[in-house]
Amino acid sequence: MLFSVVSVVVLLFSALLALIFNRSALKTSAVGASGAVIASLTGLIPVVKTLIVPARETLSLPCSLPVGSFSFVLDPLAAFFLVPVFILTAAAALYGVDYLKQFDGKKPLGLAWAMFNVLSASMVVVILSADAVPFLIGWEAMAAASFALVIFEHEKSQVRKAGIIYLVAGGAGALFLLAMFALFGIGSDSLAFSSFTRPAGGLASVAFLCAIMGFGLKAGFVPLHIWLPEAHPAAPSHVSAVMSGVMIKMGIYGLMRALHFLTPWQPWWGWLLITIGVVSGLLGVIFALAQHDLKRLLAYSSIENIGIITLGLGIGVLGVVKAIYPLAALGFAGALLHVVNHALFKGLLFMGAGAVLHAAGTAELEALGGLSKKMPRTAVYFLVGAAAIAGLPPLNGFVSEFFICFGAFTALRAPIQTATGAVLTIAVMAAIGTLASACFAKAFGAVFLGKSRSLKCAAVHEAGPWMGFAMGVLAAACVFIGFASPLLVAPLSAAIACGFGPRLGLEFSAAAGIPLLYISAGALTLAAVLALITVFRKFLLRGRKPAAGPTWDCGYAAPSARMQYGASSFVQPLTDFFQPMLRTQRHYSGLKGFFPAGADFHTEANSVFYNHLYAPAANLIKRLAFRYSWLQHGRLQLYILYIVVALIALLVCKL
Amino acid sequence: MHTTTAELIIVAIILLDLSLAVSGSLAACIRLAAAQGVIAAILPLLAGSGAPESRAIIFSSTVILLKGVIFPWLLTRARVKANARKDVEPFIGYPASIILCLGAFAAASWLGTRLPLPETTRVAWIVPASLATIFTGFLLITTRAKAITQVLGYLVIENGIYVFGLALFVEQPLMVELAILLDIFVAVFVMGITIFHISREFDHIDTDELSQLSDWHPQRDGEAE
Repeated sequence: MLFSVVSVVVLLFSALLALIFNRSALKTSAVGASGAVIASLTGLIPVVKTLIVPARETLSLPCSLPVGSFSFVLDPLAAFFLVPVFILTAAAALYGVDYLKQFDGKKPLGLAWAMFNVLSASMVVVILSADAVPFLIGWEAMAAASFALVIFEHEKSQVRKAGIIYLVAGGAGALFLLAMFALFGIGSDSLAFSSFTRPAGGLASVAFLCAIMGFGLKAGFVPLHIWLPEAHPAAPSHVSAVMSGVMIKMGIYGLMRALHFLTPWQPWWGWLLITIGVVSGLLGVIFALAQHDLKRLLAYSSIENIGIITLGLGIGVLGVVKAIYPLAALGFAGALLHVVNHALFKGLLFMGAGAVLHAAGTAELEALGGLSKKMPRTAVYFLVGAAAIAGLPPLNGFVSEFFICFGAFTALRAPIQTATGAVLTIAVMAAIGTLASACFAKAFGAVFLGKSRSLKCAAVHEAGPWMGFAMGVLAAACVFIGFASPLLVAPLSAAIACGFGPRLGLEFSAAAGIPLLYISAGALTLAAVLALITVFRKFLLRGRKPAAGPTWDCGYAAPSARMQYGASSFVQPLTDFFQPMLRTQRHYSGLKGFFPAGADFHTEANSVFYNHLYAPAANLIKRLAFRYSWLQHGRLQLYILYIVVALIALLVCKL
Repeated sequence: MHTTTAELIIVAIILLDLSLAVSGSLAACIRLAAAQGVIAAILPLLAGSGAPESRAIIFSSTVILLKGVIFPWLLTRARVKANARKDVEPFIGYPASIILCLGAFAAASWLGTRLPLPETTRVAWIVPASLATIFTGFLLITTRAKAITQVLGYLVIENGIYVFGLALFVEQPLMVELAILLDIFVAVFVMGITIFHISREFDHIDTDELSQLSDWHPQRDGEAE
């Protein structure tokens, strides 16, 4: 616990130093990044210890608050969430050293580094809090710091719009959390987690719904997700990596903690979580398919992955309620492991996207292409991330998605209702996996394969050394988890036991031990086959020289790079199929006359929920508000009269 | 406790409320509010049976100095410098004002019987009088056009709170009172300066017309949709 405190202090102190050294880009980057790395390394010591030898360390700072106390707990569940936080923030900080160089002299880098480290520190505080007050302080600091980072390039109007949406979403979420903690604290004189009374019956359901809304707004449950596709592309790429990789997981963490205070659970909670998971997972990946901007695509894919995590959580809750413990244990395990996995590969992918954006000046898929020749290292790392996020073996995404599907299979013999949920889960997981593969085949293909579609990509350079190192670490972690998954049984079972009861922890060890060995063996076999094929290829090419020639172009006389399969054309069969949900707008001018001069075609991916749900709702509220605009007339006397009337009314009510 | 004297003071406070409600001259209003403050400040000296304690004497004289001398002086100065018209420019007529004031007194009497107060209060009507004074202050704030009458309104409210505080805490009203007094002092000071500057910029201190300065413009912002 001492080391955790040290890590938070180091983060805050280096944030301060980064502000002080604002004048010099070199110093401020050095201070900010080294602070983040040192904090992560110290922070990981107690975390790893807690995960290997499950323990529960507490700390109470001797200063008191009006309604709460600064008390903190490091238990295996907290430790499990701290692992990705520390790894990803350290990697992102290193990446930021190179990435932020382009803004040198144009932007206050000191502020960016300070906010980045405050963001890291606030996430650690949120995870370690054992009292609602420090939890909410951390939560709000997290929102404020990330807001400051989202509007880093505030001269762009798109970024300002993203900032406003993000701010509103964060504020609304915090309101729900206040209500939730108030319900938890009913009848207790403190807001410490340990003194929470367990609200029963209807109140418990209200508290659960508040948790879904409050934490769901942070995590990005559909339809509460609209801030993600705006804020993630707006932020600098290493910040997008942290926000998408770990910050939105704070919503999942909070939900898990909240569930802990709400036992016994009600069956419909499980069904609600499963529904949210199914809707978020499917819509997230479908929207991702239709995007033209690499970072927006990744943001929608984060919604998809949050869907997978929630689906795991949902079958976990259902399993506990229906007493099908292997289902519960594997569902929770899948959710927990996917939190870590998604942090690793989504962080990696956002960094890859940032490297592309940094090098080519655009993340527009239709303008990119052929970058694998200019940026071979980035291409390899991005490929690892893309394969991992698509859930392909032998990488880490496969392991966590396997847990959820495997759990669902164990429930196939359960009573029909539960079995239906299990079948639904399996079907949806399969669909998500397939669509995600298509989506990332499109993303990787459009960016790295083929030939460059625009002149901008001609002068592209490979990412800087720190950027490469950060991506390399994350890619290595993705591969490591894919191959060494049996090592995860002990920490996962400790986290599950801590969060959802010791019985589920044991159940998980029993259910997952053998299959994970098979997965490892399969992964090793696959690697061996690949190695064999490589050797065989080398053998065949021995003494011959491979030659490069033009692609066969069906006899067309003057092919150009723009005639390649584009990102949109690649996924058109799928996007056509899902058009009722996507509502993509097509603009086609058509060919005219016998000798057509030019034609024009472009599509716009629609923010369906923003345009068809939130914008009309906001307009309605605005119209209603304008109806009462006569109340706001600018007369001070009458404003004071309002106050007097309100005060007297309160006084009379109380008598 | 010199109960009779105290009750006489209470009656005087109520009468001053009524005269504030009907007085049309700004100068007279300033004097009336000052007089109310001064006689209310005598009240703590009457607590206890024998001679008043030295602490109470110091406290009372501070209050008398502030409310009887400094505040009227600042306000008169602001009035003269701002070149304000001599009447208070009410939005509602004086008969309506006095009816509202009497209504407030009736409501205050009812409230006084309903409020769960400690049993230490022995002076009759002290709670209704304080509440009526607070209401009168609000009346001045909400129905008079000038910024300076709003300052006066806050002063009258403060007088009411002061008397109410005496009713509640017979022994220890001083700390609370001092804190409030300090706030009012700052408010009077700031408002005096502001009024002066506003009148210099706009040639009047009519808050009703200052509404043009608010962020809301019906013509411009109106029904935008």
